[in-house]
Formats: sequence, structure tokens, C-alpha cells
Amino acid sequence: MIAVRNLSHRIGGAPILTDLTLDLPKGGITAIIGPNGAGKSTLMGLMARLLPIQEGQVEVDGHCVARTKTEALAKRLAIVTQRVGVASRLRVGDLVGFGRWPHHHGRPRPEDHAAVERALEAFDLLELRGRFLDELSGGQNQRAFIAMGLAQETDWLLLDEPLNNLDMYHARALMARIHGLSRAGVRSVVMVVHDINYAAAWADHVVALKDGKLDFQGAPREVLTSARLSELFGMKIGVEEIAGRPTVLHHA
Amino acid sequence: MSDRRLIALGLALIAACAFFLFWGLKGPAGFILELRAVKLASLLLVGAAVGVSTVVFQTVTGNRILTPSIMGFDSLFLLVQSLMVLTMGGLGYAMTGGPAKFLLDTALMMAASLALFSLLMGRGRGDLHRMILVGVIFGLFFRSMTAFVLRLIDPSEFAVVQQVMFASFGAVDTTQLAMAAALFVPVFALLWRLAPSLDIVALGRDSAVGLGLRHDRLATVLLLLVSALVAVSTALVGPVSFLGLLVAALAHQLMQTPCHALLLPAAAMIAGLVLVIGQGVFERVLGLQSTLAVIIEFFGGLLFLYLVLGGRRR
Ligand SMILES: Nc1ncnc2c1ncn2[C@@H]1O[C@H](COP(=O)(O)OP(=O)(O)O)[C@@H](O)[C@H]1O
Ligand SMILES: [Mg+2]
Repeated sequence: MIAVRNLSHRIGGAPILTDLTLDLPKGGITAIIGPNGAGKSTLMGLMARLLPIQEGQVEVDGHCVARTKTEALAKRLAIVTQRVGVASRLRVGDLVGFGRWPHHHGRPRPEDHAAVERALEAFDLLELRGRFLDELSGGQNQRAFIAMGLAQETDWLLLDEPLNNLDMYHARALMARIHGLSRAGVRSVVMVVHDINYAAAWADHVVALKDGKLDFQGAPREVLTSARLSELFGMKIGVEEIAGRPTVLHHA
Repeated sequence: MSDRRLIALGLALIAACAFFLFWGLKGPAGFILELRAVKLASLLLVGAAVGVSTVVFQTVTGNRILTPSIMGFDSLFLLVQSLMVLTMGGLGYAMTGGPAKFLLDTALMMAASLALFSLLMGRGRGDLHRMILVGVIFGLFFRSMTAFVLRLIDPSEFAVVQQVMFASFGAVDTTQLAMAAALFVPVFALLWRLAPSLDIVALGRDSAVGLGLRHDRLATVLLLLVSALVAVSTALVGPVSFLGLLVAALAHQLMQTPCHALLLPAAAMIAGLVLVIGQGVFERVLGLQSTLAVIIEFFGGLLFLYLVLGGRRR
């Protein structure tokens, strides 16, 4: 479980997160939703110690993020951020290989190579492994970074808007892959998603943020209602039950 | 170190060194050889320092266009020199030659460069436009400050400053050279050990932290090492603005790898090659003395323009 307690964050005096307290259940997929600027990326950054915690506390499986050694945390939790830029000229295979760094610190062993192979295969990247990152499409690039997070083989995998740039086929493939891992009890996944229908279809738990505060949370079936979503996004949002799950009709 | 390109570079460098030492050797060879050996050693040392420091600097700051010198480092050097002349007087400045001045120069430059580099590590990291702007503004600032200080200096003492304004690989003091070498060896050794971590630093701060690297502490250590290298080589031969850019670009182009254990030695050897061949050709074949720095600046400057005008984004 990731336990967030009274977490507040300010940037230059402006409150970004205010007194946030929530539990992300272990196992399964947690979807974080909310309007742009709600503080979703900031929350992910704080949970993964990319940002220093100013006020409050985050615990990952009982380990306080602020006080756990960063090397140790890298074996428990992997994060793929929203905007990733790389200065060096990297091949896909090299990038995914760097996901193993927490385990070998520069001296890859056979099991590290095997993990890289699995991650490449899981994301359909075997054919692209020799290509340079700057010669890939946005979606291929994104898949490479997610594969790197997967290769880290941590209990927790944090993905910030992983479906950006992905076509329908690869978005669905990614969700199915993550779902499979979480079902097998291998990973707990926390992901920011904008398309509520993906959250409805695949997530076990939904957390909605608005203006740096918790708006609502719970099982998708219970919380993804027209009233709640309309309030969250400030627009009229219809929700229909299709094939047994809530489906958002936001184009109308 | 088993990479074929590195071996080829090494062989080429050995050949270049032999050419530099023995080409056109006549008469009593002993004395000339000794002179040449000192000069060769300084070329190799400075080359390695500039090449390695630029690659490390670009990795830490996450860009391929800026180098310490483009960040206004050479203008800072001139400013420090002219300030010294102003406060000590031309005679005092000229007399504090040797180890004392070398140490003072190095310490001052290291302090100043750390302050300068730390500007890059804040929120602007990765924002290339902001970094270039900061570099250009500081370069301009240091240059106008230098011009101002020079105006305060007695005209007769002006010549003293003028001497250090251009890089010279001609006359290098052997004591200084030995001191530089004594500093460089541990710095290179440390960087060599940090090479695998540098591969991770190159992924950017977020990815590096996510992989469990103590990124901020490491970045500070790396920038400290870079300032030591740049400070010492500038104190040794004077400012060479674009050599680093040229060499780092060539090293990345040749090696095409994220692996710093290959990039760093490649950059060091390429820089040595450029300097040794350049100086050798100019001195021995063309009989010219001080034009190498000018030529390097010319081609480096062209490359800089090409990169800025959008040849390669990163
Ligand atoms: N580096 C920063 N400087 C200033 N404001 C920031 C910075 N990063 C984020 N913010 C602000 O914090 C708020 C939350 O940002 P973020 O967590 O990225 O939102 P989300 O991911 O939910 O879209 C936004 O209003 C954004 O403008
Ligand atoms: Mg975001």
C-alpha cells in the first residue's frame, strides 16, 4: 500500500496540493484522474521522491519515502514521467537496459539481460531495439520508456499519462499487459489517465483530484457517475452502462 | 577499452605524437626533443582536460550545444587576469609567475565557475534557450567588465594583460605542467569510476532519480571536477573557446553510444589529435607560430552556429 498522509506542496507560495490523505491499495491498477493542473503529476513526483516532500508523509509498503535510501526505493518503485527528454543518442535496447541499473549499478548480469528481453517483448519493441530514440514516433518512444520502467521489476509502477501518443491498438495492448501483471500479483500500478473509459474498463481503484485536493475515490463502478464526473470536470458528462461497465459519452 | 574505434584513435594519436616529436629533427637532437616533449605533454593534457570536461558538462546539463567556455568561462578568465593586474600592478602581476600564480588562478577560476554552473542546475535545467541566454549574457557581462577594468589599468601595463588574452601552446612552464598533471590524474581516475553513473545522469534528472541515483549530489561533484579541469587548462594555456564543443561533437558522432566509459577516452584522444596534429602542422610544416588557436576557434565557431541554427536539436 502507498499511504499518503496530510501531504501538502507549494511552489513559489502557490498551493499545488493541500492536505492530501489517501491510500493506494496494493495489487491491481489505480487510476488517477482529474482536470489539467489538478496536481496529479506533482503527487506522482512526491510519491517517487522526484520532488522533495515539504509537508506530510508518504509511505511505500511501510517505508517512508523521505527517509528511505534512494537506491533501496528504486528496487520497490519505478516511475515513468510525463515528459522525458534524453540528451544522449540512445538506442531503444540501451534505454530499456538502463532500467536494470538499480539491480546491477553498472555491471549487468545474465538475469538483467533476460529482464530486458522480457520488457522489450512485452511492449512489442524487439524489432525496434536497435533504433535510436530520436528516430521513433512519439508513441514508440513512450513505449520504450514504459518498457524501461517495467524492466526495473519493482513492486510498484507509477505511470504518468502512459496512454498519451499511443494508438488504439497499443493503448489497449498496454492496458492489457499492465492488467495481466497486476492480476498475477506481480505489480501494483498507479497511472494517470485522461480517458475515463480506460479507467472504467481496467482500473480497480479510481482517485480523482481537483485543485490539489481529493475529490473522490473508490471502485470505478461506484464513483464514475454522471454527477461526480460533471462536477469534477465542470461540464455536463453523460455516463451510460455499456457491456456492464460505466462508459463516458463526452463527445456529445 | 576493447572498442575498435578507440584502438584506432589510440594508434592515430601515437602516430601524431611521433610526427610531432621527430619531424624535421636535425642537429643536436637532445635539447630540441626535450622542448618538444614538454610541449607535447601540455597539448595532450590540455586536450584531455578540455575534451573530458566538455563531455561531462554537456551530460550533466543535458545539452549538446553549451560548453563551459561558451558559458562565458574564457571571458571570466580574462576578467580575473585584468583584475589581478589592476590590484597588483603590472610588475607585481608579472612577478607572481610560477606555482603561486598558477594556484591562485586555479582556485579563483574554480570558485567562479562553480557559481556560474550552479545557475544552470536550478529549474532551468533542460531549458536550452534559457541556458544559452544565460551563457551569452554572462559572456557579455564579463567581457564588458574586462573592458572596463582594462580602462582603469595603466596603458603601459596593458600589454601584460594582452599576452594572456589569447591561447598559446608555445611556452609552457614545466613546474605548472607537473602541477596540472598531478591534479588531472586523480580527477580523471574519479571520472573514470563515475562513468557508468554518467550514463544514467544523461537520461535526465527524473529518470536518474527514479533509478536510484543520488542525482543532485553527483551533479555537484561532477561540476566541481569539470571546473577543476577547465580552470587548470585555462590557467595553463589560456582560453580556447570552441575546442571543447568541436571535440565533444566529434566524440559523440564517432562513438554513437551512451556509454561514457567509451565517450570520455574518445573525447580525450580526439582533442589530443586535433591539438597535436594542428600544432605540428602549423609549427613544423608551415612554420607559423600562434595560429592554431585561431583556426580551432574558426571551425568551432562554425560548428556552434550550425548547432544553434538547428542542425541537431539536442
Ligand atoms: N515547476 C513548476 N512551477 C510552477 N508551477 C508548477 C510547476 N509544476 C507544476 N506547477 C503547477 O502545479 C499545478 C499542478 O501541476 P501538475 O501536477 O503537473 O498537474 P497535472 O499533472 O494534474 O496536470 C499546475 O497548476 C501547475 O501549473
Ligand atoms: Mg501531469
